[in-house]
Amino acid sequence: MTVTIARTLDDACAALADRPDAVVLAGGTDLMVEVNRGLRRMDDVVALDRVAELRGWDRDGDELRLGAATTCAELAGDELAPLVPALAQAARTVGSPQIRNAATIGGNLATASPAGDTLPVLAALDAVVEVRSVHGTRDVPIDGFVTGVKSNALAPGELIAAVRVPILDGPQEFLKVGTRNAMVISVASLALVVDRAGRNVRVALGSVAPVPVRAVEAEVLASDRIDWDAGAAPGPVVVDRFAGLVADAARPIDDHRGTAAYRRHAVEVLARRALRRAFTAGSGVAA
Amino acid sequence: MGDGTLALTVNGRAHQVVDAHPGESLLFVLRERLGLAGSKNACEEGECGSCTVRVDARLVCGCLVLAAAVDGSEVTTIEGLGIEASSDAGLSDVQQAFLDAGAVQCGFCTPGLLMAVDHLLDDDPEPDELVVREAISGNLCRCTGYGRILEAVELAAASRRDAERTP
Ligand SMILES: Cc1cc2nc3c(=O)[nH]c(=O)nc-3n(C[C@H](O)[C@H](O)[C@H](O)COP(=O)(O)OP(=O)(O)OC[C@H]3O[C@@H](n4cnc5c(N)ncnc54)[C@H](O)[C@@H]3O)c2cc1C
Ligand code: FES
Ligand code: FES
Repeated sequence: MTVTIARTLDDACAALADRPDAVVLAGGTDLMVEVNRGLRRMDDVVALDRVAELRGWDRDGDELRLGAATTCAELAGDELAPLVPALAQAARTVGSPQIRNAATIGGNLATASPAGDTLPVLAALDAVVEVRSVHGTRDVPIDGFVTGVKSNALAPGELIAAVRVPILDGPQEFLKVGTRNAMVISVASLALVVDRAGRNVRVALGSVAPVPVRAVEAEVLASDRIDWDAGAAPGPVVVDRFAGLVADAARPIDDHRGTAAYRRHAVEVLARRALRRAFTAGSGVAA
Repeated sequence: MGDGTLALTVNGRAHQVVDAHPGESLLFVLRERLGLAGSKNACEEGECGSCTVRVDARLVCGCLVLAAAVDGSEVTTIEGLGIEASSDAGLSDVQQAFLDAGAVQCGFCTPGLLMAVDHLLDDDPEPDELVVREAISGNLCRCTGYGRILEAVELAAASRRDAERTP
């Protein structure tokens, strides 16, 4: 049994280069469930929890760089929430306080579950994943990072070092449908971000396709029809068309959490709600 | 750690665990190797909160912590809550409040809830009801219906504030 408790990013990368089959452990909230069920052995582990470089975040102008071990509790906290409100809202819906204190953004990304709550937000923000190994760092755009249900673009020996997202001027929303308020896996979710400077609206959906999907046609419609100078919500006809186009972008399936038809309906409702909220006075505006 | 020995400080006492197997959770080590059975094992998947402990400053589910990865950490369990207790019975303010409010029925959820509530009150001495509900949202109770638990949190908050006022 080898458990390497890495102290630096270089340590972690070196350990993974030596033992490419080692399990990378962050908060353990996905991995330990599998271990406890007897589905996974932990003979060889590289733990990232104490790598200081992975734990912080920094702001460089209009860009925020989040270390991979940033927890959901930190994402939802007072420092980060004003910078990326939708990411904070998504993080706040993950599990319970105990789960959010451990669960990391890197773990949510690497798990690449269709129901991963940070994923639609990262997709809407066009996040960039910083991937690191002993050979150096490479940037992977979010739409190339999640490659399928629970699969990602990491090669053996690679880990996620950080995620970079823009700090946008404009309201953001994350909405999630589940069976109750706490401790619930998304049946459908939607992230909407507004970029006033770029005069565009971006929308991504979770739990309605193998990977997070962007509702591109809906984005184009909303971006065209919003009165950017007045900052007013578009009229009801446009909002309905927008919601219809969002529903068209979903590729849902029937499973134990919900039917495809229900999911398509749910994202249509969420789309209407998110667009209205975003353009109502007093909505959460990013720094 | 490569030699399989695990150093943990639990409730202020140093322990060496020599025989842990790979993949053992902190909860398993606490209960089965250190004999601290106060933290309960129910779901082992992070859903019920009956295994809630503090690792360093963080409130987490002990069942989702790989013991080997927290080598060298300080752990607080329910057995540690009474240690600084003021009451004659050796109960902490939160424990006493749960008794007084009748918030304990079968008791299986109680250790985890006590840990969560203690942590909450350290952070926020005057939580409103929404904050309390959020703070205990990771702790399931199948018996009480939560009404008395919410009352107990109010009692505990009040008694902690009183204690801080009287030096
Ligand atoms: C009770 C419960 C409720 C939950 N609720 C939600 C929810 O509402 N929404 C949601 O989205 N998720 C939820 N989850 C899932 C989980 O908490 C999240 O996916 C979390 O973000 C995983 O992060 P972690 O740090 O705990 O990952 P870990 O379990 O440590 O790791 C998960 C995976 O990511 C890999 N990994 C971790 N960090 C890195 C890195 N830096 N580089 C490369 N690979 C890495 C690991 O090797 C592993 O494959 C829940 C889990 C539980 C137990
Ligand atoms: S036993 Fe850990 S959360 Fe249920
Ligand atoms: S008292 Fe029985 S589960 Fe809470």
